[in-house]
Amino acid sequence: MSFINKPKIAHPSLPTNALGLTRRQYEGAMSTLCAGCGHDSITAAIIEACWGLDMRPEQLVKLSGIGCSSKTTAYFVSGAHGFNAVHGRMPSIASGANAANRELTYLGISGDGDSLSIGLGQLVHVIRRNVNMLYLIENNGVYGLTKGQFSASADIGTQAKKGDVNQTPPIDPVLLALSLGATFVARGFSGDKAQLVPLIQAGLRHNGFALIDVLSPCVTFNDHEGSTKSYIFTREHYHAVMEADFVPPAAEIAVDYPVGESIPVQLHDGSRVLLRKLDASYDPTDRSAAYAFIEGKLKQKEFVTGLIHINESSTTEFHTLNKSSAVPLNRIPYETLSPGSGELDKLMGRYR
Amino acid sequence: MPKLTAAPDRVNDFVVKFANVNGTGSASANSLIMKTIFRMGVPVTGKNYFPSNIQGLPTWYEIRVTRQGYAARAGRVDIMVAMNAETYAKDVREVVSGGYLIYDATWPRSALLQRGDITVIGVPLAKMVNENFDGVRNRILLKNIAYAGLLAALLNLDLEVIDGLMRQNYGKKPKLLDANTKALRLGFDYAKQHLSCPLPLRVEHMDKTRGHIMIDGNTAAGLGCVYAGATVGAWYPITPSTSLMDAFKGFCERYRVDPGTGARNFAVIQAEDELAAIGIVLGAAWNGARAFTPTSGPGISLMNEFVGLAYYAEVPCVIFDVQRVGPSTGMPTRTQQSDIMLCAYASHGDTRHVLLFPANPEECFYMAVQAFDLAERLQTPIFVLSDLDIGMNDWMCRDLKWDDAYRPDRGKMLSAEELAGLDKFYRYVDRDDDAIPYRTLPGVNPKGAYFTRGSGHNQYGGYTEDSAEYQVVLDRLKRKFVNAANYVPKAILTGKGDNQIGIVSVGSCDGAVREAIDVLDRQKLHLDYLRLRAFPFGSDVEKFLSSHSTIFVVEQNRDAQLRSLLTLETAVEKSKLKSILSYSGFPMSCGPIVDGIRAALAEEPRLSAVTTNSTR
Repeated sequence: MSFINKPKIAHPSLPTNALGLTRRQYEGAMSTLCAGCGHDSITAAIIEACWGLDMRPEQLVKLSGIGCSSKTTAYFVSGAHGFNAVHGRMPSIASGANAANRELTYLGISGDGDSLSIGLGQLVHVIRRNVNMLYLIENNGVYGLTKGQFSASADIGTQAKKGDVNQTPPIDPVLLALSLGATFVARGFSGDKAQLVPLIQAGLRHNGFALIDVLSPCVTFNDHEGSTKSYIFTREHYHAVMEADFVPPAAEIAVDYPVGESIPVQLHDGSRVLLRKLDASYDPTDRSAAYAFIEGKLKQKEFVTGLIHINESSTTEFHTLNKSSAVPLNRIPYETLSPGSGELDKLMGRYR
Repeated sequence: MPKLTAAPDRVNDFVVKFANVNGTGSASANSLIMKTIFRMGVPVTGKNYFPSNIQGLPTWYEIRVTRQGYAARAGRVDIMVAMNAETYAKDVREVVSGGYLIYDATWPRSALLQRGDITVIGVPLAKMVNENFDGVRNRILLKNIAYAGLLAALLNLDLEVIDGLMRQNYGKKPKLLDANTKALRLGFDYAKQHLSCPLPLRVEHMDKTRGHIMIDGNTAAGLGCVYAGATVGAWYPITPSTSLMDAFKGFCERYRVDPGTGARNFAVIQAEDELAAIGIVLGAAWNGARAFTPTSGPGISLMNEFVGLAYYAEVPCVIFDVQRVGPSTGMPTRTQQSDIMLCAYASHGDTRHVLLFPANPEECFYMAVQAFDLAERLQTPIFVLSDLDIGMNDWMCRDLKWDDAYRPDRGKMLSAEELAGLDKFYRYVDRDDDAIPYRTLPGVNPKGAYFTRGSGHNQYGGYTEDSAEYQVVLDRLKRKFVNAANYVPKAILTGKGDNQIGIVSVGSCDGAVREAIDVLDRQKLHLDYLRLRAFPFGSDVEKFLSSHSTIFVVEQNRDAQLRSLLTLETAVEKSKLKSILSYSGFPMSCGPIVDGIRAALAEEPRLSAVTTNSTR
């Protein structure tokens, strides 16, 4: 065997969730990424988020494209089906999978190369199609597996490990998603798990397309001085604007925020996101204002993090627009799908 | 008034061709004539030669009245209805000696119409219509109906049948019905008063269309997808496959919408391109829905990457390739069979794919259903290779029938209970020694979880870069493909199989080949004919190839792609296969086949002698 299986023995004292499962039971195969890779921290946040949501492992569908980030779907929730698509084409696989079964929870993992270069067209259209999924971009500004070329998210003036300076403007996935009308847009940092976990939970529960851009430094090719996607640069320049706490449907609101500072947003399944403003003037439900704010901060080389935009009242989710049956399409009995011989005989009259 | 010259009495056996301008509404008049003939019990074909254009370019429609029931294009024109001034000169030339030309004499065209061996009939159609109707658009549309009326008189069409069709078409719009009826009478009465009706080339009632319909292959295939239980269709618009998805959607809106709630038991997704269309199909099929995409050559080129993934990761899917003229953009509104090699070996690496070759709309319906069963049984992409001629033209077919006992073959798919009883599930292990593994669907049971990937994997579904592990999977895939020959539709043999000369062909060549065989039969040259219906080829194909000394391979492309596939994938001796090729973009007629075989045998008289001395 050329892959490593981690033993699945859990210590009896490990805490369990409502399903009686420990965090270990949401893990996957051993990561083969570089030691210290930001992506592994995101994997840990996903495990924590799914465990905390009491999600049945088989309820989750993991989708990815090609690249370092796309490999990570093998490293969490081994009880969930995974689909490692071709480079940049995960959004179409996700769209089809979601069309076939609207009841499962879809988590797409992609990178800046997979999403913003080869897969930009598919990303744009999955947003436009408003497929109910969480799309997580593990954004490090470089191509890792091919040894450090700039990606389309590389900032102007950022320096590659070998010394090249990037001069072409970056595509910012957050601005892109906002401009396309995505109904849940967030940005996180792989080094801030406390912020990321509730964002992932809210994104998974959001009814419609949710995008989280996670800045995730590449320790091997993009963590040096001169890079704008290094750990140090990101820590110094990220600006949390809106903290989110995810509140499951049945749970009491445990944290008491002073009135006027927190905004509870009800998600379609009854759960809530509690938003806490860190910037007094910021309104995450105002898409245009959010766009202007993020753009302004980017000009100052500040990466705004947190839940940047949310719109829970949108009615453009794919199955809503399609008027799909409540029963997933892959479970409708054949007897219901076939018009039968009588209808065919009748239909023949149209062609005489 | 022209005097009609005598022509051979050809009842129910002639060709009328209409030369029109695209976008002038001629299609409804032309199909009115064709349907009338069909309803009079006379076999008929309708071929549309249209431009890649919305309005203004020349377009032709050809109706073959064929009492023998031949499906192919005749390859000649007996009556030309020349309504397009721009193509007059060409249209006049195309009429056979002794034939007829009908033109609009409102504007004199004498200089262009000089041909002593045909009968030219000038009728002031525009003048008549302009005197009776208002409105520019209205006049253009009704002029078509006026020439339909003219032809009704000349061809002896049954007015009651025409009235019935008009009532059916315009029944809900009385004003439209009145105008059309009036226009029809204008043409009809003019012919009765000024011309000797009917022509010797005319239609008389028969009883040879009972139990038959006129339908195009795309409609039939779309209907087949409905009956197969397909629920997800994804596509990117492309001629000539667009009408397949239009049909599927239309039928779904009729049969798959809950009358109470309006809930829809289907999803049709217009993707941003063909790369996404096939991705959506794979995602849906992987998740347990029956999913398909209709496309044409350029779309297949784009889909290659995902087709390779579907082959290697064993994801079932159905791809309809309604072939058009290539290479590149080619001629989008012309027909060809030039994607055979492209589909057989689509994508990089060692890949081979199952192909189905429908020959007519009836087979499009049944093969659509078979394609889904095969895709799930074999867990692989299935290509249905139709073409523009089958897909977009109206063909006379037997009524489509449905067996209510049919249930989809979902193949080896493990249920929650089966998974619960398993110690451990491995995606790509050949448990039954038939090279087909078991699959599971997401959401059913965590035991069934596996990782689908296009990267190197072992039989347990794990990532691998180990040569031996990789080869176990790749070798099984090869066995699975070879075994597929046992599941696909068998080839159809015509003839006793004991002649020395044979014909092998596929798809829409069938009508022309059958007609050629009849012609050659009358010339005492007897041939066996094997129509391939699928790839991989079965033992029946090998047997036919080995038992005939000379085999003509008839196909519609320049590079003899079917012949290439036969030489690569069977044991046949290459020199035995002689090509008869048609790649003009127009549907095949029997002429080039008869001539091609005659010419080849003239070069090798030995063959001819052997055959004519055979027992038949």
